[in-house]
Amino acid sequence: MEATLLDPRMFRIVAAAMALAAFVGLNALVLVYLERKIAGHVQRRPGPFEVGPHGLLQPLADALKLIGKQLFRPAGADALLFWMAPVVSFIPVLPLFLPIPFDPDLVAMHVEPGLLLILAFTGINVLALCMAGWGSNNKWSLLGASRAVAQSVAYEIPLLMALLAVTFMHGSLNLSEIVEAQGAWPWQWNAFIQPVAFIVYFTCAVAETNRAPFDLPEAESELTAGFHTEYSGMGFGLFFLAEYANMIVVCAVATALFLGGWQGPFFSGWWWFLAKTYALLMVIIWFRWTYPRVRFDQLLNINWKWLLPLSMVNLMVTALVMKLF
Amino acid sequence: MQAIRRKLKDITNLWSMVKGLKVTGGQFLKPQVTVHYPRQEVANLASFRGPLQLVAKPKDPAKPKCIACLMCVSVCPSGCLTVLKAKPPKPTPEEEAAARAALEAGEKPAKKPAPKEPSRFIYDYSLCSLCGLCAENCPVGSLSYSENIYLTATDAKAFKLDLLADLRARAGAAPPAGEE
Repeated sequence: MEATLLDPRMFRIVAAAMALAAFVGLNALVLVYLERKIAGHVQRRPGPFEVGPHGLLQPLADALKLIGKQLFRPAGADALLFWMAPVVSFIPVLPLFLPIPFDPDLVAMHVEPGLLLILAFTGINVLALCMAGWGSNNKWSLLGASRAVAQSVAYEIPLLMALLAVTFMHGSLNLSEIVEAQGAWPWQWNAFIQPVAFIVYFTCAVAETNRAPFDLPEAESELTAGFHTEYSGMGFGLFFLAEYANMIVVCAVATALFLGGWQGPFFSGWWWFLAKTYALLMVIIWFRWTYPRVRFDQLLNINWKWLLPLSMVNLMVTALVMKLF
Repeated sequence: MQAIRRKLKDITNLWSMVKGLKVTGGQFLKPQVTVHYPRQEVANLASFRGPLQLVAKPKDPAKPKCIACLMCVSVCPSGCLTVLKAKPPKPTPEEEAAARAALEAGEKPAKKPAPKEPSRFIYDYSLCSLCGLCAENCPVGSLSYSENIYLTATDAKAFKLDLLADLRARAGAAPPAGEE
C-alpha cells in the first residue's frame, strides 16, 4: 500500500512526532527549572527567583537567549561535522519516544521490538559527541569526545545485559507487554523481582546520559565544557535538549521495565507513568548535587570490574531460574 | 582471602553513598539562608565590614580614642589612611614673654607638649580593601568597621572620608572653631 499523508497510519506518526517534539521541548523547560531549583535548595538558596513568580519563567528566558545568540564556528573547524553534530544528536530523540507506552492507548507507535528500537537509537548520540569533538578543532572538545566514546561503549554492555534479564523473564521486547505483565502494587514490579538488574540499569543509565557523577565528557573543571566547548546559541541548545530528552527516555524505560509503567495502586493511567518517570529524574538530579565526579580510571573500573560481572551473573541466574521453573 | 575481604569492604562502603544522599536531602528540606536583598535586608549588620569609623572616647563622644601613633598608617597595605598629628597649642602672650625671658637668661624655654590626638584623619574608601589590619593593630582600639554598608557614590572623590568629622557628626557636636 502506498504511504501518503492521508493514510491513517502515516497521519498518526506525523501527529505523534509533532506531539513528541512539543513534549520534549516542554519537558526540557520543566527539567531545567527543576534542576536549578533542586540545586538551589540543596545549597540552601532559592535558585532562580526573579523572572516570574518563583522564577517560573527563567527557562523561557534562557531558551530565548539561546535562540537569539550568534552561531559561531571557530577557524579551522570542520564546517560539515561541526554543524551536523548537534542535529545528529537531537534527531534520534524523536524515534526514541515512539514505542514508549505512557498508557495502554497512549503509544505513538506499537512496535513489537520496541526496546530494540530504543537501544539502537540511543547509540547514535555517541556518534554525535564524537563528531562534535573532532569537528571543533579544539583539544578540550577532542578529549571530551574520546572520553564520551570510551564511556558509552563500556556502559552500554551492562545496560543491555540488565535489560536482557528482564526480557528473559517476559519473553518479549514489547514495552507495553512487559508493563502489563507486572502488577499494580510495588512488590509486583520488576524492580523487586530483579533488584540487581534495576541497580545496574540505573547506574548505567546515569553514565549513558553523561550525568554527574559520570559527566566526564563535559567535565567543566577539567575540559571547560568538553565536547560542546565551541558551541554557542542553539548549537549548544540542541545538545542540551538532547541530553535532557535522553534523561527522560532512560527514566521512562526504567519506569516501563522495572516500575510497572502506567500501573499504580489506585487509578492506573498515564499520570502514574509520568509521576514515576519524574521521581527517577529527580533522583538523577539529586545524585548530581550529592556525588563528586569520578576519575576516569575509576569510571572504567566500576564498569568492567563490578557492573559487567554483576549483570552477567544476574543474567545467568535469571536464565537458569526461567529454565528450571 | 585478602582480595575477597577487600571486595567485601568495597561493597559495605557503598553505604557512604546513601549517607551522602541523606546529607544533601536533609539540606534540601532545611529553610533557606538567602536574604532577598531589595525586598529584605540583613539583620546582623555588626558582622559585616563597612567602611572604617573612629571609636569615641567613653567620656567624650565627639573625640576619638586615637593617640595619633600612626600605627594604622604604617600597617595599611593599600595606603588609604592619612593621619596628621595635632600641633602643640599656640602659646599665650604671657607664656611667650616667659619663654623669651628664659632664653635671655640662658635657659631652655619650657615647651608645651603636643596633645596626643589627630588633627586630621582622612580615609580613602576607594583604596581600602577592608582587610581590617588597622583595626586589629590599633593599640587603643580606636578603629572599627561601621554599619554603613550601603554607602554608594558616583564620584571617587566622595569616598575620601574625613573620619573626625564623621565622628563629630555621629556625636551631634558642632565642628571646632576655625573650621568650616
